[in-house]
Amino acid sequence: MPAIELQGITKRFPGVVANQDIDIAVARGTVHAIVGENGAGKSTLMKTLYGMHRPDEGTITVDGRTVTLHSPSEAIALGIGMVHQHFKLADNFTVLENIVLGAEPRRGLRLDVATARERIVELGRSYGLTVDPDALIEDLGVGERQRVEILKVLYRGARTLILDEPTAVLVPHEVDELFDALRELKGEGLSIIFISHKLDEVLSVADEITVIRRGATVATVRSSEVSARQLAELMVGSELPSPQTSESTVTDRVVLDVVELTVLAADGRPVVDGVSLQIRAGEVLGIAGVEGNGQAELVEVLMGIRRAAAGTVRLGDQDITDWHTRRRREAGIGFIPEDRTRSGLLGESSLWENRILGHQTRPPNVRHGLIDRAGARADTERIVREYDVRTPSVDVLASALSGGNQQKLLVGREMSGSPRLLIAGHPTRGVDVGAQAAIWDQLRAARAQGLAVLLVSADLDELIGLSDTLMVILRGRIVADVDPATVTPEQLGSAMTGAGLPDGGQGTPGESAGPVEEGGGR
Amino acid sequence: MTVLRRIGLALAAPVLALVFSLVVTALVLLASHTSPIDDMRQMLDYASQPRTQALILNSATTYYIAAVAVAIGFRMNLFNIGVDGQYRLAAMLAASLGGWLTLSPILHIGLVLAAAVAVGALWAAVAAFLKVTRGVSEVISTIMLNYIATGIIGYLLAPGRLAVAVTGSNNIGTRPIPPSGQVPGIGLVPGSPLKVYGLIVLAVVVGVGYWFLLSRTRFGFDLRATGANESAAVASGVNVRRTIVVSMVLSGGVAGLIGMPVLLGSSYGYALNFPTGLGFTGIAIALLGRNHPVGIAFGALLWGFLDNSVTILQLGGVAKEIVFITEGVIVLSVVVAYEIVRRYRVRAEQQAVGSQLGRTTATPAAAEGATA
Repeated sequence: MPAIELQGITKRFPGVVANQDIDIAVARGTVHAIVGENGAGKSTLMKTLYGMHRPDEGTITVDGRTVTLHSPSEAIALGIGMVHQHFKLADNFTVLENIVLGAEPRRGLRLDVATARERIVELGRSYGLTVDPDALIEDLGVGERQRVEILKVLYRGARTLILDEPTAVLVPHEVDELFDALRELKGEGLSIIFISHKLDEVLSVADEITVIRRGATVATVRSSEVSARQLAELMVGSELPSPQTSESTVTDRVVLDVVELTVLAADGRPVVDGVSLQIRAGEVLGIAGVEGNGQAELVEVLMGIRRAAAGTVRLGDQDITDWHTRRRREAGIGFIPEDRTRSGLLGESSLWENRILGHQTRPPNVRHGLIDRAGARADTERIVREYDVRTPSVDVLASALSGGNQQKLLVGREMSGSPRLLIAGHPTRGVDVGAQAAIWDQLRAARAQGLAVLLVSADLDELIGLSDTLMVILRGRIVADVDPATVTPEQLGSAMTGAGLPDGGQGTPGESAGPVEEGGGR
Repeated sequence: MTVLRRIGLALAAPVLALVFSLVVTALVLLASHTSPIDDMRQMLDYASQPRTQALILNSATTYYIAAVAVAIGFRMNLFNIGVDGQYRLAAMLAASLGGWLTLSPILHIGLVLAAAVAVGALWAAVAAFLKVTRGVSEVISTIMLNYIATGIIGYLLAPGRLAVAVTGSNNIGTRPIPPSGQVPGIGLVPGSPLKVYGLIVLAVVVGVGYWFLLSRTRFGFDLRATGANESAAVASGVNVRRTIVVSMVLSGGVAGLIGMPVLLGSSYGYALNFPTGLGFTGIAIALLGRNHPVGIAFGALLWGFLDNSVTILQLGGVAKEIVFITEGVIVLSVVVAYEIVRRYRVRAEQQAVGSQLGRTTATPAAAEGATA
């Protein structure tokens, strides 16, 4: 008898069928992976199972009993727990306080700390999830925070864990630790539903894999009987793109010259620490690093959003260190912010108004000092055409588009007006495979025409595939310079944690000790 | 989404709110043992008289300028609660200046208006300065500045300072503005003995200017972008501090004009009985009109109607305060209704895009037939 069985689940949002006739059976004591492109309907399905909304059709069976879930608390009562992709922890609380929050053991009116600690330590020991119950969350790295999230769910008596893209924020060795813990949990008879689109990880940890495409189950396969290639083809229904760049287009003309750039946090701590780099026309410089090691701040200071404490930035032959953002943009810097909905788009404005954003002083958006609505609309039509933005018109709200189409619009906008330099933060994060391939193609084409690109990404394959030069950033410092032609994702991952490169890199040995993910859980 | 549908959605919220508040008012009237139907007919009858219509237009003129002043801030999430203090201080100082001058009419009126704009803008600039340099919330600082303005007005409006006794009463006010500084009324409503403020033209100019600034200028785009998503505005190169200062100063400048139709059109001086609280009325109307120049015009007219036509109810013994209940319910329900319609619109648009692009592989009808 399966631990969880979903039968014929259909969930419609008015006009759109998000899930259609989905059948999944998760056996007790196994890891069951659910894979699919972004927007395939994985999250909708998990929300159904976690009681966040009710399916229009179909049944949910837990331990052989058909249930109707009205809320997450009912799901928890049935032993179903969810570990969200974005952690839901109070930073200024201890591990113990976070775990018991909302399910506090009481002695009289007071929190029974002793009982809570005993249970947490016991849980940690039996499942190999050790964390210090008295540590503050803000002092923990990403991997440890995730362990706290899992403990939180186990503490509430979960027998089935839903993990939503748990490896997205982890570096390779943390992924290994997580997988060890999952195998431990599985051995104890718990069931795990593992949502991901990283196929190699899925193949290494899952027993069974269900592939979802366009809201419907395509197939359920045993991981031992399938290859990554076959899985990928099931997922997208076509061949996978690859980020390889063909031949070098690097010229000797320096576009961006950064010397000893330092940025201080509010408390005076350096978050970018003496960074020097040069990008030439036709070159893609990749920055690899665990999130929270100064990449975001480096990008912001290069865009003039944040002020540099020391150092200089030169664009071509001009010193732009003290320029504000608009002047930099006018001088030919394009910017793809890492979080497009937060910093890249006006969700409740039309596409053509979004075309103006960031270019509100330049043609075709401006004529005679006034906003040129016709010009902006016409140019938005061009972007929609050239960048294959799937939209019925340029008058719809940006938030109505899917993530991939929003990103294509954004990339198209930032490539407009022939920029000299593009600063791209996670340009393909959260977009589907088709849009990813399109964006890679656009970046490659622009690079061939002499665009200089600073590429910050968490996708190691993307970094290795697109970059001409690849640098590793750790605690705000460039600690290694690696050759993207020879490095493997594993080597790069280990350099990102400060363990240094096994061969040839310039990793500083002193950086190898201690946790490195500080501030990474944002 | 078609243009018609868009307009329909835009109108849905205020209409819903209006109907809802009329129902609430009717219930209150029923509870106080009068007939809502009769009362409303009386109000409408009264409002159909030419004299009342002139009164409504006069109130609406003032309300319109007040609401635009508030709306400029609203469009970038600045809550200029200080419009009230800004217009009273501006009216008082401009009135004093106007009373001392004797000039040719155009110059006289122009100078008074300019002084009012300058005072309003300066008073608002204090709050803007505190916000961009010290991070003081403009809500707090403008509320406090309202009190300070009241104090300053009380201090200055005393005999021997800027005030003189108003002839024929024990009221005191600034020196009356001589005819060269007065703006003659316009006989806009046929058959009405009462003329409409000449400065209704000013309200129209303010409205057109507001529309042009927001939808056609680069600054207006920056301002709206900052209001819609500050982080994206910053990334696009908007200097947010500068935008805060400029929009706050603009808001204050327009606020300075609020008292002008009354000052130059009927009172000719700032006395103790000069209208107060218009800044807060402006907040309500800006909300009702959704910060849109045309929407605000309708809101101002509605408010003018409610405030003026209610006087007829008093003759029948109905408390005038009933209209405050209506106004309050309108504002509350309009805020709720806008949010509902906004969410509906975002969702509807997402679905429209989804279905037009064929993201829905199975038609809903087919899915309906498939039983589990």
